[in-house]
Amino acid sequence: MAKKNVIVIGGGIAGMESASYLSAMGFNVTLLEKSNELGGHLLNWERLFPTMRYGKQVIDFLAKGIDFEQINKVLNVEIKSIEKKNTQFCVELSNGKTFFGDSILITTGYDLFDAHRKEEYGYGIYNNVITSADLEKIFMSGNPITTTDGKTPKRIGIVHCVGSRDEKVGHVYCSKVCCVTGVKQAIEIKEKMPETEVFNFYMDMRMYGMHFEALYKKAQEKYGIQFIRGRLSEAAENIDGTIVLKVEDTLAGRPLKMNVDILVLLVGFVPSKGSKEVGKLMGLNIGINGFYKTKDQHTLTNVSNIDGVFFAGSCTGPKTITNTITDARAAASSVASYLLGFDLHKRDIENHEEFWLYDSK
Amino acid sequence: MNFDYFVLPFCIGALILFTILSTRYAMWIVKLPRIDKRKAWLGILKFKFIGSIWEVFRESLLHRKIFKINAMLGWMHMSFAFGWFLLIVIGAMESKFHKSRVFNMPYDPIFLRYFEHNTHGFFFAEGFTFIMDLILLILLTATILAISKRVYSNLFGLKRTTKLILGDKIALYSLWTIFPLRFLAESFTSGLYNNGGFLTGTFGNIFASFLPLQMLEYPFWWAYSSALCLFFIFLPFSRYMHIPTEIFLIYLRNCGIRTSKNHTGYTEFEIYSCSRCGICIDKCQLTDVMQNKTQGVYFIQQIRRNILSSETAYNCLLCGRCTTYCPVGIDINKVRLLKRHDFAPENGFNFNYLDEKVTVAPFEYDVIYFAGCMTHLTPTIKNSMVKILNKSGDRYIFLDKEGSICCGKPLLFAGNEKQARELKYENKKLINKTGAKTLVTSCPICYNIFKNEYNLTIEVLHHSQYIKRLIENKKITLSKSQLNVVYHDPCELSRTNNVYDEPREILNAIANLQTTNHEKDNALCCGGSLGNFVISETERNKITNNMVAKLSEHKPDVIVTACPLCKKTMNKQSDVPINDISELVSNAILQEKNY
Ligand code: SF4
Ligand code: SF4
Ligand code: SF4
Repeated sequence: MAKKNVIVIGGGIAGMESASYLSAMGFNVTLLEKSNELGGHLLNWERLFPTMRYGKQVIDFLAKGIDFEQINKVLNVEIKSIEKKNTQFCVELSNGKTFFGDSILITTGYDLFDAHRKEEYGYGIYNNVITSADLEKIFMSGNPITTTDGKTPKRIGIVHCVGSRDEKVGHVYCSKVCCVTGVKQAIEIKEKMPETEVFNFYMDMRMYGMHFEALYKKAQEKYGIQFIRGRLSEAAENIDGTIVLKVEDTLAGRPLKMNVDILVLLVGFVPSKGSKEVGKLMGLNIGINGFYKTKDQHTLTNVSNIDGVFFAGSCTGPKTITNTITDARAAASSVASYLLGFDLHKRDIENHEEFWLYDSK
Repeated sequence: MNFDYFVLPFCIGALILFTILSTRYAMWIVKLPRIDKRKAWLGILKFKFIGSIWEVFRESLLHRKIFKINAMLGWMHMSFAFGWFLLIVIGAMESKFHKSRVFNMPYDPIFLRYFEHNTHGFFFAEGFTFIMDLILLILLTATILAISKRVYSNLFGLKRTTKLILGDKIALYSLWTIFPLRFLAESFTSGLYNNGGFLTGTFGNIFASFLPLQMLEYPFWWAYSSALCLFFIFLPFSRYMHIPTEIFLIYLRNCGIRTSKNHTGYTEFEIYSCSRCGICIDKCQLTDVMQNKTQGVYFIQQIRRNILSSETAYNCLLCGRCTTYCPVGIDINKVRLLKRHDFAPENGFNFNYLDEKVTVAPFEYDVIYFAGCMTHLTPTIKNSMVKILNKSGDRYIFLDKEGSICCGKPLLFAGNEKQARELKYENKKLINKTGAKTLVTSCPICYNIFKNEYNLTIEVLHHSQYIKRLIENKKITLSKSQLNVVYHDPCELSRTNNVYDEPREILNAIANLQTTNHEKDNALCCGGSLGNFVISETERNKITNNMVAKLSEHKPDVIVTACPLCKKTMNKQSDVPINDISELVSNAILQEKNY
């Protein structure tokens, strides 16, 4: 029997790991990526919570799978069209090439929330307002953290839930990873600059993962990081370039004004542009939050509304690195069961439509 | 004297109608505030009624405004109103000529054809017969249109028509029968005595050929009279109350009376003038996003029936689209705001802190800049304005630089009239202390309240007007860019304050301004309105999405507005960049500098 072909769209960590697994299971895998490198967002992240492992180490681990399986990677391409004829998918690429697949796995991931959209926080307007992603870039570069005029910051504020849990920007969901990222980054700042005071402004701390709570405790006890429950209402710039924060301290129940030298915005996940494009091209169902809608929220989390098309990773919603890798392997087995003619993924569950809509009622 | 018992229903109905109307109107006039009463009396002396008569003719009879919105709808309203009016006037003339008497019974013209079998041989007799039949024909077509409007409202440019209440239904159905019954009754009589015109005469002959007219004639005159009676009795309890009331409303408005802050007699005239035409339903953007009955017509209906809920009072964007398009000219927004007083909580605030908040060196400034809370949340606008003000060379004070001074409009939106008054008092002290001659605001909401409710002695400008002036006085020079832009009119600036031209003139000077289908009066609300306390964020998002899609139709490079709230609201939904006009102006200055 000829080998079946799988096309994996998106070369982030979900795409990498599922490609390796699918290939190991005996399928012919093509991995498509729009940039010139595999690894996705993880390429821009120095260390990971809660272990402080380097992101690069994880990418190297995943890349070993790709190399070992000699996966056919196609870099620097975008998708022009996807058509389904009978059970075959025909994917036309921007470089003029066409690939055929028996199944498609979508791993188009997420984008970071564009902090410009939250204009009152002053990103792009005040020099000393940066995002968590910008901070990671500084960490990666190895340069010291300074204000734009080169001074060592005495105080740094970190704002949680920027672009998440915020009806005003149209995103009601929690991005899951930013709370603990905020804790992690606060610790890293403290490690580099013990003299600098760090304040985290949060709505509530979602330390749901194993060891997260311990990290949070450590941040307070060992590093003296201050966590203030309250939502930043607006930021303004002083003449000297420092940032004034107006916060409602919801524990103390009073408004609070505070000066910081640098403000870090913990930007959340939004559905990626790529997901939207691919979704439109193929007619995939989109959920109310804009991420792909899986067939069921409990049981069919890798299955799409089109037969033979599957999802992995954060294109269906915010996920940690750990969850994404697990999800990639799960998706690989869903694809395999489909291609090998097992009906596991075809098991249906009653009223999934109704249960999907539960939160919007 | 002509008499038959069947005229009684008509007479009784007319009498009841007259009694109810005169008591109601008398009560409302008594309820007018003293100053308005004075205006109404003075209006008589100043012959205000002459202009009013012309307006009544135009609006109540010809329905010019409805014509503008939809020709079919206008035609229907006109043929009913003007047709009936002519039927009464010409009918009265005919009956007078016929009897050659100035005074005859008021029902004579209505039932003339029953009583007078010989309608020939007086002045212009044939002409009258012809004209009366022609008018009847017009009224019959109007009736057909009215019935089909209920069925196919789309034909009339209405996506939805209003839901009817019982009084409406009885009045409506009796109205539908009046003219067909008159037609049948007159035709039957004509079939017997040959006294009809081209319509009733012809049909009379036809009917005579197969119907026992002797038996039918009399009951049909009874039916006609009873239909009139029913209509008259239910008129005051139905939408048709607007027919007589609108006449008074027009007069009072021409005397200079306006909706005030309290529910006065004028408000009564306004709410009873609503014809429930339903135009406001389609114009309201809430219609597309929710089922709730909150639009102008339902709001007014609830007031009339004394069942206004706080939800209806507060579920409105106060965008003013309904007010703009209401053919009767009801100031729906003002009525909405005054009704909110009934629901607003009575909590006191203390605004004394404002005294310490701002230090003002008196009499050193030309211009006050008031950014407002929304501009503080859109710092690019604030920075742009600071840059423009610095460039202008005017001595200015940034009054709310530290934030936290409220203009008071949000309190008014909430119905907290009293607290707003206190706040306004404090702010006014502050403004007067500066000695400046001009107050510039960035937010149209602030502009609206400073301009219209503070009674300031100094000039109030929105920043678009201020910038326009700076350009004219050559205080700033701007370079033109190749950007294709569309302009979004903020509600409080455009419909509420008629500032349409200045922003457009500026944009024409610095970019390529394209037109859209939704501008000026027909501009849409961005959905961010502070005036609505009921709708959910999801519903707001839908409104914003819809309007952004319409503005982006021709793929502009930028959507420009002149309001921080509009900018902020559209920004979260739009793929096209959103800018305030001040940002574009500030960039235009920058380019000149680089050069
Ligand atoms: S993880 Fe924390 S910071 Fe991120 S959206 Fe959820 S609550 Fe907000
Ligand atoms: S409020 Fe005005 S537009 Fe609305 S139904 Fe009444 S008359 Fe028509
Ligand atoms: S003001 Fe606007 S939102 Fe309110 S009822 Fe009128 S059209 Fe609708």
